[in-house]
Amino acid sequence: MATIAGSKSSLTWAVHISVTALVLLWLFPTMGLLVSSFRTSDQISESGWWRALFPTEQNLTLRTADPDDEGVQVQTNGVYVIDGNLFEAGSEATISVWGTSSREIDIYKAGDTAELNDGETITVQENGDYVWSAPTEISGRGQRVFATATTPPEFTLDNYKNVLFSGDSTDSMAKAFFNTLTVTIPATIIPIVIAAFAAYALAWMNFPGRAILVAIVVGLLVVPLQLALIPLLRLHLGIGIGKGYLGVWLAHTGFGLPLAIYLLRNYMVGLPRDIIENARVDGASDFEIFTKIILPLSFPALASFAIFQFLWTWNDLLVAKVFLIDATGETTVMTNQIVELLGTRGGNWEILATAAFVSIAVPLLVFFMMQKYLVRGLLAGSVK
Amino acid sequence: MEAAYKGVLTIFLGVGGCLLYYYLSNQFLDKVLYPAKGDNAGRNINRANMIRPWLFLMPAMVALGLYLAYPVVATLWYSVTDRNQGGAFIGLANYQQMMNEPKFWEAMRNNMLWLIIVPAASTAFGLMAAQLTDRIRWGSIAKSLIFMPMAISFVGAAVIFKLIYDTRPADQAQIGIMNAVWLQFEGGVGSWLILRLLPALLMLCGAAISVYTAYGLFNAMHKKGGVILRSIGILVLALIAIAFLSLGVGALTSVHPYGEPQTWLTTPGWNSFLLMVVLIWIQTGFAMVIISAALRGIPEETIEASIVDGANPFQVFFKIKLPQITGTIVVVWTTITLVVLKVFDIVFAMTNGQWETQVLANYMFDKLFRANDWGVGSASAMIIMLLVSPILIWNVYNARKEMK
Repeated sequence: MATIAGSKSSLTWAVHISVTALVLLWLFPTMGLLVSSFRTSDQISESGWWRALFPTEQNLTLRTADPDDEGVQVQTNGVYVIDGNLFEAGSEATISVWGTSSREIDIYKAGDTAELNDGETITVQENGDYVWSAPTEISGRGQRVFATATTPPEFTLDNYKNVLFSGDSTDSMAKAFFNTLTVTIPATIIPIVIAAFAAYALAWMNFPGRAILVAIVVGLLVVPLQLALIPLLRLHLGIGIGKGYLGVWLAHTGFGLPLAIYLLRNYMVGLPRDIIENARVDGASDFEIFTKIILPLSFPALASFAIFQFLWTWNDLLVAKVFLIDATGETTVMTNQIVELLGTRGGNWEILATAAFVSIAVPLLVFFMMQKYLVRGLLAGSVK
Repeated sequence: MEAAYKGVLTIFLGVGGCLLYYYLSNQFLDKVLYPAKGDNAGRNINRANMIRPWLFLMPAMVALGLYLAYPVVATLWYSVTDRNQGGAFIGLANYQQMMNEPKFWEAMRNNMLWLIIVPAASTAFGLMAAQLTDRIRWGSIAKSLIFMPMAISFVGAAVIFKLIYDTRPADQAQIGIMNAVWLQFEGGVGSWLILRLLPALLMLCGAAISVYTAYGLFNAMHKKGGVILRSIGILVLALIAIAFLSLGVGALTSVHPYGEPQTWLTTPGWNSFLLMVVLIWIQTGFAMVIISAALRGIPEETIEASIVDGANPFQVFFKIKLPQITGTIVVVWTTITLVVLKVFDIVFAMTNGQWETQVLANYMFDKLFRANDWGVGSASAMIIMLLVSPILIWNVYNARKEMK
């Protein structure tokens, strides 16, 4: 506001800071899910996800190789030696201090040698390499080493591999993903086709009762779909559609139509009258005017509604639960799958987070790619 | 993959069927029924043009009637009949039964809280975000990031926030940020400032704002009349102010269990608010986008004139800008109200109405599909319809006015 008058506000820095804070606050929850989906279940339960971006210091209990295993122990010059690395292959952890007793886990530095019983010694290096030597043959289990190690941030794609490509039916999202897609695409396109014709009639054709029909559409905009559940389920069961894709498409079409007609009509009314009248004079029929002139010109409005309907059907749980998913669960959609995972896998955040992110990713992509149309649709749909 | 093929096939059949209907029915009308040639060409064209609108409208009208208008009547009918008695009319017995259930009143109470808090908070945050982001160069990026939750499903958001509210036993690392932050407080000066003084001051601000608004309404009542509506407004605002004050006192006096991880979602009292946060997080972006467009639509002359007259930024905002976007704020508010009334997924996925978090939509789902009590379920659906109808009437009234 001050900029309009020509002078820059002295509070600009405060605005920058508060917007940054606001944006971070709004991003933070989603970030948590995204980061968690790239961590293993151990990592998730050991530390909060916000620590995953930085190297973490952890107290680990590690064990050397088992002396009884074949070929582990090597005898050279009368000394029995076991060597190896405490970490799994590929680990980039670095040990700072360590110990061999749970009461003194930090008495040795990396590179120090510890004296064990019976003249045995063990040396542990920073990278986890150890040399365990003894004058007599070593027996029993592997030596425990308590180490304080710093691990660099580590991420894995295994969760996605699990959730998307493993055959395990309870955790698998692959089927649910395709089911959601199968629900979404017709449920987006069919209402657009139907609504476009109706909107054209309401905008550019003269017939008695037009105003009342528009008012009815506006009224139906706000009817809660909760009311429709039982009557329609009965209807579907009664006429033999039952629970299935056809039912859910019809339901989504019905519920999406008022907004579609409203948005498209408002847009089409605003199209220049001259074009349409010229076409009429030139002998074009209404059907031709609609398909050749109105439809191409209405692309922005069609796109806005398409995005709305896509987001709404993709994210929907209630309609799918009532009209689609039967007892076999073959036609489960992603939202339903996630709710079920919340019940059965409540503590397994690596699976939950990944599954949730798989279902969120597509709408987010659509959102960022077509934000312009979404905003336009919102403005047309609510600001008068 | 089989599902995918089947899906593609059905997409073609469904969409193709729709397009075919329009094409063929128009062809039929023009070529067979009333061909635009021969003796009666003129009459035929007129007749065809009288029928054509209904051809265009037919599928939409059938779908709307069947999927939205008929269910309203049917649900009303189910709510006054008993399914177990073969659909016999039983008057208001279902409603009576519902009214006697404590769970219903819990849902009503919670819904009222949702109805006040979510639209208010979303609109307020949206207004703030719009006002702030409009003033900086990277505002559009900030806007799209705040707007982003709109694309996330309620179920996805429920998972996101369940992670935030997650609780681990005291001896393990907390992976929910809320408990991790909570455990930072140990009862010292910092805790007192942040957990007692700050909320108390915020509540005091809230109370002050409601009293100020009520005072404004009182003045307007003297000048413009409208006694009934305005006094209801004042009464509600007074109640809100009292609620704010008592919350503020509570913030100062209540005992906090420092050092213990809290199970946020299962502790009655605050858990409903934690669920509301999810919806506020989603809806703020919507409010921001709409309000920001309205702010930009304000004629610059009014702002320039006020600055020339010596108004400070706050006066410009509250006295010049805000009054010009009241209409938009009402629209945003009602739109979010509609979303709130239908909120189901969040509660269903996070608590399923346990621990005193029930809301009407979830109560209804519970009755319909778990208790299989269609009568009470329909009755609660009618309550939702009843709550929506003022907005419905208002919208239709406005649309009619616009058409004329």
